[in-house]
Amino acid sequence: MSDDIKVKPGLRESATFDRTTMTEIRRAAETGIYDIRGFGAKRKLPHFDDLLFLGASMSRYPLEGYREKCNTSVTLGTRYAKKPIVLDIPVTIAGMSFGALSANAKEALGRGASLMGTSTTTGDGGMTPEERGQSSKLVYQYLPSRYGMNPDDLRKADAIEVVLGQGAKPGGGGMLLGQKITDRVAKMRTLPMGVDQRSACRHPDWTGPDDLAIKIQELREITDWQVPIYIKVGATRTYYDVKLAVKAGADVIVVDGMQGGTAATQEVFIEHVGIPTLAAIPQAVRALQEMGMHRKVQLIVSGGIRNGADVAKCMALGADAVAIGTAALVALGCNHPMYEEEFKKIGSAAGFYDDYHEGKDPAGISTQDPELMKRLDPVTAGRHLANYLNVLTLEAQTLARACGKNDLRNLEPEDLVALTVESAAMANVPLAGTSWIPGKGF
Amino acid sequence: MKTINLTESTVRDLNQALHDQTVECTEREWEVLEPKGQHNIACGLDQNISVDIKGPTGYFCAGMNKKAHITIHGNAGQGVAENMMSGTVRVKGNASQAAGATAHGGLLVIEGDAGARCGISMKGVDIVVKGSVGHMSCFMGQAGSLVVCGDAGDALGDSLYETHIYVKGEVKSLGADCIAKEMREEHIEELTELLNRAGVDEQATAFKRYGTARQLYNFKVDNTSAY
Repeated sequence: MSDDIKVKPGLRESATFDRTTMTEIRRAAETGIYDIRGFGAKRKLPHFDDLLFLGASMSRYPLEGYREKCNTSVTLGTRYAKKPIVLDIPVTIAGMSFGALSANAKEALGRGASLMGTSTTTGDGGMTPEERGQSSKLVYQYLPSRYGMNPDDLRKADAIEVVLGQGAKPGGGGMLLGQKITDRVAKMRTLPMGVDQRSACRHPDWTGPDDLAIKIQELREITDWQVPIYIKVGATRTYYDVKLAVKAGADVIVVDGMQGGTAATQEVFIEHVGIPTLAAIPQAVRALQEMGMHRKVQLIVSGGIRNGADVAKCMALGADAVAIGTAALVALGCNHPMYEEEFKKIGSAAGFYDDYHEGKDPAGISTQDPELMKRLDPVTAGRHLANYLNVLTLEAQTLARACGKNDLRNLEPEDLVALTVESAAMANVPLAGTSWIPGKGF
Repeated sequence: MKTINLTESTVRDLNQALHDQTVECTEREWEVLEPKGQHNIACGLDQNISVDIKGPTGYFCAGMNKKAHITIHGNAGQGVAENMMSGTVRVKGNASQAAGATAHGGLLVIEGDAGARCGISMKGVDIVVKGSVGHMSCFMGQAGSLVVCGDAGDALGDSLYETHIYVKGEVKSLGADCIAKEMREEHIEELTELLNRAGVDEQATAFKRYGTARQLYNFKVDNTSAY
């Protein structure tokens, strides 16, 4: 860590070729291969911290914090599904695969989410009995690889999420390196043990929005139109993607910003492709509004959600719910300082660990090592996740009541101002203390 | 035999009637008239019934089929029998691209030609094509067998895992990590059995076998030209 190194006064570090950059150049020169890691974008980006709420005062009146209700539930999939999915809180658990995560971690996610009446999501590797058993509401991802995909699991799902991309790597496919392809993971994916699994970035049997409309129809036919169908996109050309997803027949659209996490991909992909979550939401909402589908096709936003303020800000910008991945793993115990010594042994540190693909996670979360997995008690970890989800909800309610809203979804852009010109332009809200919105549009 | 005419009923009506057979099987033999290339016909079936579709079908006919025996008396559109789990799907005519994509089991027989990416990411299905297949067939094929009695287009078996490929005719080119392999006795037995199941009158000894070289299973810097 650069902070640990004492630098002689007068020595000047290059802003362009700083020590991190030089380390990466040396690593590339020694290995001849790009850096692969997990986690999401680590660079500083315009984010929700750049927005503030305008609490009630003379022109608005607030709601009593402990007396007047503020609704948090949201119903997803009201457009076509016979059985829309009702969440008690507008915070869901994003798709993360068994394979990338241990079975205990998946179980813990299910337990925590179920305690709070919200959903979890499968990932690139199929549905495990642990996950289905512990998740009262489970979204089944439909990915290009179709690992483990079968109609029985499809019909067991409470919703289906057709994945076109994710924020950490829009335009990239899944990656699970050989060290995590254990016997069980290999069988679920019909792969030989120990191979590097690089799954496809495009779906094998359809291309483009017209085909996707037919594919969605097929999924509806197979499930007898019972459950909602989501479309998940990584945030890039969000305005157009959302319009095309609505046209293709989505019940729900999931937009994942570039701060969204991944189990493994190239560092260059994570840091250099996509747009920040903050910039994506107004584009998505504008697309929905122009089509007359805002609130009819629900919008879930993910990528860098950390606290109730982030949740409330997403909803004020027009989202119906948010999804969390990295934050949920941290709540389970990912990067916990109690494993500091072990992080050091594998060349990392608590708070910095992102080599999820290596399968050596001391916290027992992003691993398939049976001994490491045992460290994560799914009951305790699930309770921690539920606690964290509860805090997110309480914080979001606090802010909503302060703005005079009796439903989180009544928050609106008018409740927000921006601290920077960049965030004002991206979020399409005025710079604090002014009525100026830079750019006016996209 | 139960007959449903798709100019009088919708695909939804048909599929619901076929799905209802999973709960209580009231009719083993079904006939579908005038499909007129509509999409998603007879997808998601889960019962040991036979369905004869008398005409051409659109996308994803027989998608995710389990147990059922479906015959298309005409050409099939994109993704026929995609992700099939078991049962049989037979196309009397030609099949468009991505036939049998990601299918886990069962038997897909195409009596005519198949388009591009036939058997893409197949995971255990057996596919027998009496005619030829298009480019990138069996791309990322994981398990099962692809039999081609005619020719194969460019990049056959690119990025192959463990699917067995048998081709009688010419292969325009092999994809990355796909190589010609020795046809041993066990392969002749396997192919003979497949041809018999498919009802195809060909001699197994006339075919060549292709499979993975397993050189791309784990990332190696020296292989970057193949990626």
